[in-house]
Amino acid sequence: MTVDIPVIALINVTKTYGSGEAEVNAMDGVDLTVKAGEFVALMGPSGSGKSTAMNMIGCLDSPTSGDYLFNGVHVGSLDPDQRALLRRNYLGFVFQGFNLLPRTSALDNVELPLIYKGLSAAERRAQALDALEKVGLKGREHHDPSELSGGQQQRVAIARALVGSPEVILADEPTGNLDTKRSLEIMELLRALNETDGITIIMVTHEDEMAAFAHRVIWMVDGKVDRSGTPHSVLTPERQQA
Amino acid sequence: MIKETIKLAIQAIFRNAMRSILTVLGIVIGVAAVITMMTVGQGSSDQVTADVEKLGTNVLIVIPGGGQMGPGNTSVAAAFELRDVDAIIDQLTSVRTAAPFNQTSLNAVYGQQDTRTSVVGTDGQYLEVVDWPIVLGRSFLATEESAGRAVCIVGETVRQNLFGNTDPIGETIRLKNVSCDIVGLLEAKGASSFGTDQDDVVLMPVKAFQRRVVGSSDVSMIYVAASDGVSTDRTLVDIEVLMRERRRIGDGEEDDFQVRDMKQLASMLTGVTNVLTGLLSSVAAVSLLVGGIGIMNIMLVSVTERTREIGIRLAVGATANQVLLQFLVEAIVLSMIGGVVGILFGLALAAVASNLMSIPFSPDPAIVVLALLFSAAVGVIFGFFPARRAARLNPIDALRHQ
Repeated sequence: MTVDIPVIALINVTKTYGSGEAEVNAMDGVDLTVKAGEFVALMGPSGSGKSTAMNMIGCLDSPTSGDYLFNGVHVGSLDPDQRALLRRNYLGFVFQGFNLLPRTSALDNVELPLIYKGLSAAERRAQALDALEKVGLKGREHHDPSELSGGQQQRVAIARALVGSPEVILADEPTGNLDTKRSLEIMELLRALNETDGITIIMVTHEDEMAAFAHRVIWMVDGKVDRSGTPHSVLTPERQQA
Repeated sequence: MIKETIKLAIQAIFRNAMRSILTVLGIVIGVAAVITMMTVGQGSSDQVTADVEKLGTNVLIVIPGGGQMGPGNTSVAAAFELRDVDAIIDQLTSVRTAAPFNQTSLNAVYGQQDTRTSVVGTDGQYLEVVDWPIVLGRSFLATEESAGRAVCIVGETVRQNLFGNTDPIGETIRLKNVSCDIVGLLEAKGASSFGTDQDDVVLMPVKAFQRRVVGSSDVSMIYVAASDGVSTDRTLVDIEVLMRERRRIGDGEEDDFQVRDMKQLASMLTGVTNVLTGLLSSVAAVSLLVGGIGIMNIMLVSVTERTREIGIRLAVGATANQVLLQFLVEAIVLSMIGGVVGILFGLALAAVASNLMSIPFSPDPAIVVLALLFSAAVGVIFGFFPARRAARLNPIDALRHQ
């Protein structure tokens, strides 16, 4: 299998915002790899660069220096349209604020990525209904986001992320706006997608409880990877030092 | 994909129905104004042509004065005389008949009634030339014409103003200080292409008019009817040659009179109508421009308001061009909806206006198609800038917006 080539490989990546005295290194020589099928939690204090790293991995941002390889392909050498194609065909996004289109039914929201894939209306509908069923929203297809609870909205967002059969789902604090019960449900859902569908999941989170669902936790501090390992090893004893 | 984009655009437009209506109002008004102007203009052109045809396409008029008027051309051309009219009738085989035509404006008084009207000195031939029947009484007698008797034939409007619906024949009216016996009533003709009332007229024998009303033997205009089967062009040349001879105009000198046929008059009149139509339509077109700016304005607001949506679309894999297309199509669909509504509105308005002005309703399919294309073009031109702004958004900034 593709064990040798990681899905995601950041090699000595830096990202600098501003210039002169206002210069900020959001990422300062990050080396990070994620293998296919992994479930990784990206953690760290505010300003540690984990969100920047997430945007980088999502091809929404490009490095100031260093390389980003997606399945061995240099993302830095791709033009914006090629990056859009990469997002369309390989990546799925789940955001803290759900980011659903308002006044648009759950079904239409989930169909959105498929429109850009150029699928026919019938195919889109079938696949979107499948995805909604998978996240447990069968029967709510025609509800607007405003008619759904937070947990349900996040499920719609997950359905939208997985409908394009991505290799990787990027979840940026997916439970940040939810209570614990809903959060755990969402985490179960992500874990199921990881285990049964083999989708690689990279998740930014602040909560140890959620990070515990991951195979591996990457702890970032000051734009650098501080340590990486199982949730247990990273999160327990030395936490206070960070 | 394009079908999807159009569907999306329509959804977006209906999601903000009230705003969309206000946005396209400018286009609706612009297109409606242009369509109304053009259609009414076309209708009045048709009306003028029809009027002139009714008047008789074989009618010519001869008037004194050269073609060029204005500063530097101060010589006043001499008027005609009655002998000129006789000469035209007697000497030209291409002429069926001709009549003198002198006109002035006077008060006509009958008892307590008083009306300002147009008094024309002419003869019975005039009614032949312009083909105007008498519905009551009779035309002038030859003896009345040669003696210059003060008799007159009145138009329908004058009759209404002075006599109401009663029979005016045999009554006497006063024109200035001339007492005039009414011998005939003309058939009602209605308004002319100029909008003047043709029935507001009193005809009297030209000699009576010359002697008793104006006190000169001038003839200011001659109406000529070409013989049947003779082209007006030939008649026109014949009259020109004859009049040059009679007025002793040497070779190489300019005519000091003009001969016009009704076709020329018609094209002159439609020319005026067309210029007016063009002028008004271009004023209306300016409002289309304003409408376009309105669309641009709202699309820019829409782009700002939907920044997050654009971010989501970019994140799920839309390319910049797809986003550009989406907003462009939205602007085009919006302005074309405005165009269609404007066309319907304009045609309805033109139909009502044509009815009120009693001119034919002549919608031109070419103008309708043009208006539609124009409104689409407005969408493209004014939609492009906001669409490009949307397409150039940075996905991260867009997602973080508000």
